[in-house]
Amino acid sequence: MARSVSTRRKALNTLIAWTIGLLIFFPILWTILTSFKTEAQAINDPPIFFFFDWTLENYAVVQERSDYMRFLWNSVIIAGGSTLLGILIAVPAAWSMAFVPSKRTKDILMWMLSTKMLPAVGVLYPIYLLFISLGLLDTRIGLMVVLMLINLPIIVWMLYTYFKEIPTEILEAARMDGATLKEEILYILTPMAIPGIASTILLNIILAWNEAFWTLNLTAAQAAPLTAFIASYSSPEGLFYAKLSAASTMAIAPILILGWFSQKQLVRGLTFGAVK
Amino acid sequence: MKLKSVLCAATAVGLLAAANAQADTITIATVNNGDMIRMQGLTDDFTTKTGHKVEWVTLEENVLRQRVTTDITTKGGAFDIMTIGMYETPIWGKNGWLVPLNGLSEEYDVGDILPAMANGLSYDGTLYAAPFYGESSMIMYRTDLMKKAGMEMPDAPTWEFIRAAAKAMTDRDAEINGICLRGKAGWGEGGAFITAMSNSFGAQWFDMEWNATFDQEPWKKTLTFYKGMMDESGPPGYATNGFNENLSLFQQGKCGMWIDATVAASFVTNPKDSTVADKVGFALAPDTGLGKRSNWLWAWALAIPAGTQKTDAAKQFIEWATSKSYIELVAAKEGWANVPPGARTSLYENPNYKDIPFAKMTLDSILSADPNNSTVNESPYVGIQFAAIPEFAGIATEVSQEFSAAYAGQQSIDEALAKAQAITNDAMEAAGYR
Repeated sequence: MARSVSTRRKALNTLIAWTIGLLIFFPILWTILTSFKTEAQAINDPPIFFFFDWTLENYAVVQERSDYMRFLWNSVIIAGGSTLLGILIAVPAAWSMAFVPSKRTKDILMWMLSTKMLPAVGVLYPIYLLFISLGLLDTRIGLMVVLMLINLPIIVWMLYTYFKEIPTEILEAARMDGATLKEEILYILTPMAIPGIASTILLNIILAWNEAFWTLNLTAAQAAPLTAFIASYSSPEGLFYAKLSAASTMAIAPILILGWFSQKQLVRGLTFGAVK
Repeated sequence: MKLKSVLCAATAVGLLAAANAQADTITIATVNNGDMIRMQGLTDDFTTKTGHKVEWVTLEENVLRQRVTTDITTKGGAFDIMTIGMYETPIWGKNGWLVPLNGLSEEYDVGDILPAMANGLSYDGTLYAAPFYGESSMIMYRTDLMKKAGMEMPDAPTWEFIRAAAKAMTDRDAEINGICLRGKAGWGEGGAFITAMSNSFGAQWFDMEWNATFDQEPWKKTLTFYKGMMDESGPPGYATNGFNENLSLFQQGKCGMWIDATVAASFVTNPKDSTVADKVGFALAPDTGLGKRSNWLWAWALAIPAGTQKTDAAKQFIEWATSKSYIELVAAKEGWANVPPGARTSLYENPNYKDIPFAKMTLDSILSADPNNSTVNESPYVGIQFAAIPEFAGIATEVSQEFSAAYAGQQSIDEALAKAQAITNDAMEAAGYR
């Protein structure tokens, strides 16, 4: 009897999980479906689900009109570069906060997080003027630095949480064996925190890939990533939903594939501590 | 003969080399619409003629506005040409943020630009942006439904006629709404429509002392008429409908009439996208007999920001893109129905263009709009669907949100007008107008 209840409960949980999963995925699915419709089919009322004449015309138009590879390459460089920079700064910072905390460590962590609460547009003009002075406008390096700074609080917080899970005794033992600080971080701490660092890297790449305020405001033609590619197909005066959907699908495809292959790592890193 | 040929070839090579030596790459910020995308596809013609290369930054209209405003106010120099409208041009020209378009070539024929467009894109008599295409607003209606309703659309109808026709054309069972109009919040969406409509009812945004006038009768009449007519004959949820939503409804045969941008005429008559392409008629935007119609005037124009280092190349591009020969180039490649409308007088004198069904009504609508004299009573501002002051976009966005809430039944018209009055007067006081 108990077994039957348990099976029913499992089935219910599975059903609920699938329903929520499908609800979350539905906008992406709809975007992908729309990208294969004509513009007239895209706005049809009632909406057409699967039974329409599938066409690749929108992808052909988007390919012809835009240099997709340039946008993609910019996205890869900016998201990857900002993540790498962020990790290089955040690992030592999180190490010191986790293993050599001071009276103010908690306050510093909270302060770092509070910078995320400021609306980005509030610092648009100062940053824009700074970029003009430094010649960083419409450059990939400029965007890498800005996105790194924006995501740094999250990276530090995540790494700090993972590092806190590592027993201090292990690091002490390494020190007793004569490990220098550099060796301690590189050869002891980092290998133990690999799952946490990996999930932090993945999450940060996703955040940087999807960032649309700074990437639109600080670029023009040279450093524009895929967010600008999507924005170029949006129009309040004209129905280009099918083309916009094709552009969106092309923009999210790489990160969707990356997320698909790394989902195990990502979920494990986000739900468990580093050494659990 | 041989020597002459060699000399000619050498001269040509020399000229080409000189041209290449001065060749620039210019960056142009623009909006995503059919005419602009077509221009991007034809850029090779410009490069062949001048040697200059072009990089395009295409953005959604509101994103573009924010992006170019940030760049021009900081003299960032990210763009060599910006696509801006009639709202920004006089304000930015006055502030010295744009390069005056003086010294355009004789061949360009600046006098051929439609006077309404040239005036709207000038400040103090100086042209600061060249119109790429212009638009007004007009009525697009279903000829078959009008006939079925036993009515005939005059060329210049009144609002009373439109309301009666909308009621007669409405067939809720067949999902046909007599009239579709913008109700969506936003100064360029529902805000633009209701402002233009209010002009025909004798309303205006400000009196001569820059006081808001929402507490006066014409505004109440405008909103009461709009809401009454839309509740009777408009589509469900009209308070959130903008240009695209109404275009979609009209193309699917669910609107009897639609009053909106003249540029929509080519969309609703295109058989590829519209199910009613062969049943569309056109008329001037309605009035109430007070001497002002409810049509607006707008142009997407090309301007050179003062921060650019490539003024000469930018000017050459503007001359190319807004010239008579560009119109001919588009006509040759894509047909006369696809040329950018509403910018040049000569286009409307061209016999090839006169055959386009909406050409005459588009021109008549543009010619009947006067941004310098848009209201029944005297007003202190320039503009029809906007007042050309920097504070307007912010104020009108908030006001249109109150109006949309009234259309949706979340508050009464009186409440919306009272809030609009307070919002506007507070903002104008803070800005130092009052």
